[in-house]
Amino acid sequence: MSITTILAVLFMVGGLFFFTTATIGILRFPDFFTRLHATGKGDTLAVLLFLVGFCFYEGFTLTGLKIVFIAVFMFLAQPTATHALSRAGLRCGVKPWMKKEEKK
Amino acid sequence: MDTFFLVVGMGLCILVLFVLYRVVYGPGVFNRVAALSAIGNKTLIILLIMGFVYHRVEMFIDISMVYALLNFIGTIAASKYLEMEGGIL
Repeated sequence: MSITTILAVLFMVGGLFFFTTATIGILRFPDFFTRLHATGKGDTLAVLLFLVGFCFYEGFTLTGLKIVFIAVFMFLAQPTATHALSRAGLRCGVKPWMKKEEKK
Repeated sequence: MDTFFLVVGMGLCILVLFVLYRVVYGPGVFNRVAALSAIGNKTLIILLIMGFVYHRVEMFIDISMVYALLNFIGTIAASKYLEMEGGIL
């Protein structure tokens, strides 16, 4: 097993870990903005880690170049989508979650 | 290495099932849209893993690229529509 395969396996295990944490966050957090916070950052990092791992596994080919293109596109598109969705939620009047004593 | 890809793909499928709970039962439209975006990210990676398992990644990479574009455009369109409508939830 070569060194690039070991690096690819490490990156993919890291990506699976961050996908798992994002899923736990989207299931357990109390309201819309906190859930969006969990899935927006965790999923972006997980997708980037997975794509870097695939790129190490594939090597210098046309497919590897396309994987780099997908990584750059996801790095630009995912925060944009998260920002647009959270702004739409704020303008439609979704109440942010607060602690009980701050609500009085 | 094929076994590793299979195990990672099955783990991602289980995570998609967990996020599907938020799509079905989530209160309001916005939770559902956010969970659908998360499912789209996981599907992008599952498509690439299928390509590596079947040894035909040069075909699956194009499908994955188009899926990333469609996921982004779908999320943007849904958020713009909900913002324009105002109080649809």
